[in-house]
Amino acid sequence: MVVEMFPLHLRDVSVRRHGKTILGPVTHQIGGSGLTVVMGPNGSGKTTLLRAIHGVERLSTGQINWAIPAAQARDLQAYVFQQPIMLRRSVADNLRYPLMLAKRPTGEIDDLVTQWLARIALSDAKSMQATRLSGGERQKLALARALISDPAVLFLDEPCANLDGRATKEIETLLTQTLDRGTRIMMATHDIGQARRLATDVLFMLGGVVHETGVAPDIFATPQTAALQAFLRGDIVE
Amino acid sequence: MFDIVEGLRAAFWLVVTGDSDLIAISLRSLQVSLSALVIACCMAIPFGTFLAVYRFRHRRLLIAFINALMGLPPVVVGLIVYILLSRSGPFGVLGLLFTPTAMIIAQVIIITPLIASITHQAMRELWAEYHDLLISLNTSKWQRVKTLMWDGRRNLLTAALAGFGRAIGEVGAIMIVGGNIDNATRVLTTAIALETGKGDFALALGLGFVLIGIAVLVNLAIHWISRTERGRRW
Amino acid sequence: MMMRLCAILLAVVTATSLTAETVKLAVTTSFENSGLADVLLPHIERDTGLAVQLLVVGTGQAIRLGQAGDVDAIFVHARAAEEAFVADGFGTHRREIMYNDFVLVGPQNDPAAIATATTASEAFQAIAQAKAPFVSRGDESGTHKAEQSQWQSAGLEPAQFSAWYREVGAGMGASLNTAAGLDAYILADRASWLNFGNQANLALLFSGDPALFNQYAYLPVSADLHPHVNASGAERLENWLTSNAARELIDGYRIAGEALFVFNATP
Repeated sequence: MVVEMFPLHLRDVSVRRHGKTILGPVTHQIGGSGLTVVMGPNGSGKTTLLRAIHGVERLSTGQINWAIPAAQARDLQAYVFQQPIMLRRSVADNLRYPLMLAKRPTGEIDDLVTQWLARIALSDAKSMQATRLSGGERQKLALARALISDPAVLFLDEPCANLDGRATKEIETLLTQTLDRGTRIMMATHDIGQARRLATDVLFMLGGVVHETGVAPDIFATPQTAALQAFLRGDIVE
Repeated sequence: MFDIVEGLRAAFWLVVTGDSDLIAISLRSLQVSLSALVIACCMAIPFGTFLAVYRFRHRRLLIAFINALMGLPPVVVGLIVYILLSRSGPFGVLGLLFTPTAMIIAQVIIITPLIASITHQAMRELWAEYHDLLISLNTSKWQRVKTLMWDGRRNLLTAALAGFGRAIGEVGAIMIVGGNIDNATRVLTTAIALETGKGDFALALGLGFVLIGIAVLVNLAIHWISRTERGRRW
Repeated sequence: MMMRLCAILLAVVTATSLTAETVKLAVTTSFENSGLADVLLPHIERDTGLAVQLLVVGTGQAIRLGQAGDVDAIFVHARAAEEAFVADGFGTHRREIMYNDFVLVGPQNDPAAIATATTASEAFQAIAQAKAPFVSRGDESGTHKAEQSQWQSAGLEPAQFSAWYREVGAGMGASLNTAAGLDAYILADRASWLNFGNQANLALLFSGDPALFNQYAYLPVSADLHPHVNASGAERLENWLTSNAARELIDGYRIAGEALFVFNATP
């Protein structure tokens, strides 16, 4: 399934807001395997790029084409937002929600929910109001909710931005397991260490356009452009 | 001041002796206002939610209009409904004038904009919160409405109770379209108006305290049924 | 939660009621406030099987309801308006049933000294001269029209009165409340006054002049104009109202030992 959806073509894509071009023009082709890290300084368009590909951002120009019809492609994706959005329900009900939308049988839903509660270590909190979870717990719940319907593609926007070391480790473990099962992942982050740990390939964004691309670990060892070199060194890049 | 004490005493006696007239008009008050509430909610709550979720031309105008309708003077609504339901009017053949049904119709017209407006405001905020997630999950418009209505149900309850309060205390419209007929369309508020007009302030106040008591009981009952206002943390 | 709520609400909404044969009668606030209706209605139902539904409104509104065909008959006390009602074809005929009288009520200290007047005209003139506060119904009701004609018989023009003359545009009870609150004079029908619960500082100061007699009449709404009205019911009600049973009840009705109405229907 993963292979059928790709390659993903972006042709002359741009997004303008209040007269400013925050993304684009981007013309790029994205392949169907591994974990792509979209990297870059703040304001470089990482979030916008992911949102545009997922379909929650309206394009000002250009097209984004999957290898299958757009309507089909929409059903096979999941997105974890930078600020995880919790439904005002219990933890278990949050996990149940995407499965209920897909009208899966109740027995199946209950099994999956129990499994995933265990995987993210929130079984004890299953009846708690999701809005009362801590930051790390919310992020784990959002990730589980995204993965519970077994998407072909998973998008993540700065998933560990406000988390402590332990929570970050838990999430990265989940992501590696997900990757191993064959899910395509595209993740935005400005954490260079995390990128090094997880990336199969890298898209480096600067000023709204794709500045450099490459395969890990080569791109980390020998970045081609001056900007990426500076970025990897830890300098401020504008 | 003396009148108020007399009123409290009158209320006490009416309730304790189980006065049959009182029971009849109280039940009728509840029947009319609760019926109006149910019908109004069935229209106003989905409508208010759709208004928050759909985007279409003139949407802001419609929202402003509905907010404005909250200020409809009830007695004017009563007059218009009377003209429509009168035998000389377009719907006269239905024979609805001076029946509880006419009163329910008038009250539905009065409270629907109120419930729709509060619903819309609450749903709008919730939609802003859920917007990205629900679009990302590829929900249909109807699925979005259902999700918002369920997760926002506490606010919807507030909207409904506001509508109920407005209905149970209303007197101008139902006086005109109901006629305050003894044993047929007399309710607590119209009975209070009648006794006030007769100068019997003690009885009028007594009925008033009974009305307040009923309104409070209904509110408490609904909160109990929906298990809100429980739990140690707010 | 929702299901429980819905079940309970459904039960309330579907409550039903039974009906006997009904006649809708529009009457004036003065008639209702006298308390006579509460005496007559149970007897009517027992003797004729009719459940009379009273719509207690002002004379003006009663006539509008009759014209629109929203009631089966009207029972008011404004002769000129009644005759016009029949002449214009809205009612079939006019049947006199009973009369009571109007009284002048005012503050106990009687600043305009009307208690010593010998005729109604004198009393009204005294009030106008003293510019004492006076509350008028101001609502085109039978009582209001009677009051207007009293001023005119006394040679006075209400339109030219100054601030002491207050038109409230309300029913009998509400107007009495206002007069009680303002310590003002007011023309009321005797029955409403005696039955009024908030007399405060007011007292009955002048009565007895035949010019103040107040005739009530019953007018069935025309079935030619409004075929849906309960014409047979209205006729049976009229027959009862002009019967001996009615005579006894009406002549025998007393408040605090005082007789209020005089039955004067002719067969």
